[in-house]
Amino acid sequence: MEYTANKEVIAKRIARIFKDGDVVNLGIGLPTLVGNYIPAGVTIVLQSENGFLGLGPAPEPGKEDPALVNAGGGFVTILPGGAFFDSAMSFAIIRGGHVDATVLGVLEVDQQGNLANYKIPGKLVPGMGGAMDLTVGAKTVVAATEHFDKTGASKLLRKCRLPLTAANQVDFVCTDVGFFEVKNGAFVLKEYFKPYTVDFILQRTDADIVVDKDCREVDLL
Amino acid sequence: MVAKPIITAEEAVELIKEGDTVMVGGFLGCGSPAGLIEALEKKGTKNLTLVCNDTAFHNFKTGTCTHVAKLVAKKQFRRIVVSHIGTNQETQRQMNEGETEVVLVPQGTLAERIRAAGAGLGGILTPTGVGTEVQEGKQVLDVDGRRFLLEKALPGDVALLKAKKADKAGNLIYDKAARNFNPLMAMACTTVIVEADEIVEIGQIDPEIVVTPSVLVQYLVRSKK
Repeated sequence: MEYTANKEVIAKRIARIFKDGDVVNLGIGLPTLVGNYIPAGVTIVLQSENGFLGLGPAPEPGKEDPALVNAGGGFVTILPGGAFFDSAMSFAIIRGGHVDATVLGVLEVDQQGNLANYKIPGKLVPGMGGAMDLTVGAKTVVAATEHFDKTGASKLLRKCRLPLTAANQVDFVCTDVGFFEVKNGAFVLKEYFKPYTVDFILQRTDADIVVDKDCREVDLL
Repeated sequence: MVAKPIITAEEAVELIKEGDTVMVGGFLGCGSPAGLIEALEKKGTKNLTLVCNDTAFHNFKTGTCTHVAKLVAKKQFRRIVVSHIGTNQETQRQMNEGETEVVLVPQGTLAERIRAAGAGLGGILTPTGVGTEVQEGKQVLDVDGRRFLLEKALPGDVALLKAKKADKAGNLIYDKAARNFNPLMAMACTTVIVEADEIVEIGQIDPEIVVTPSVLVQYLVRSKK
């Protein structure tokens, strides 16, 4: 079976996790796409760690405001009812348990819920930014990642090799082949995404996977 | 209320000495004082320690070099304390080649260490970084069964900040997401210099909406239009 990376599938599935009213912080890159697929009838409040709640979509061309950017420096808007604050308040909100969920990109994630996404020693050292605080502070931590890296290696591992962003904090992992809960030292497969099969996932993932008794196929294409 | 001196950016950077720890407000440049940075670059003061959220943008391919990235490019820092350098290839290069010491601090920890310094605290206890490389060399404390890192207060010599509006006493308000680290750094440095887009008379900012109270500010500088 051929694997084709598909960010859209990941974003679509993660968007279904949230409850109406949830406060959510979406990381830069793939996690940001999640905001495009929030189901009708669900309103979430987005937190931007550079200092506001009520993050809105990109402005119309010509209406960009250099003082209104997201944590990646991209132009955004603020929705009615939003609020600005300083970085200490921003991280009090994050660390203090006032954020219901965060979605983060990963370099590696393992079956103990460890996450590595800030450093490849000697190669790439972007720094952790707010990721360490978000993984420790958010009530639910969702790792969003393509199932395989560019070389075809599994990004879900038994044990992370790279320096950790946080230890034992990941609750869910959503890839483009399936949706997993991290539980009791294993990835519990809850859903497998069309066109992949349970066997494909078990054979190609370099980690211990438990197939949930209610595991089902989901079509997100 | 006593009015604070309104000085030029050139006069302001004379207050920065070689070896000082300089805090610069802003998040990827949003909320950084462009005029003060430009003056510091021109003056060329070296051996500084930078405390900032990040080192803004420096891209070798496009040639983009913004805000504090200009000071990094001029090698004015011997030490850089930030949460993120992913948008600055020159900072990464200097770190990888051992030219400049770069200390990466989780963003929330950086904010609280600065705030602690300004609040007269010795440090803070945070769960962030437990079980990671950030823990190395730090005291881990057990409080009611939960593990925390002792992160020490981080004070500075000079803060270079950006406000939307100041009154002549030094009360400040900010512009949207440009607030970020500015109010925290205003607490943590001996000399606080604020570049403001607008400077109004004392009494013209409603005390109810002041974000940074005047007593934290020593000098005001007008932004260039």
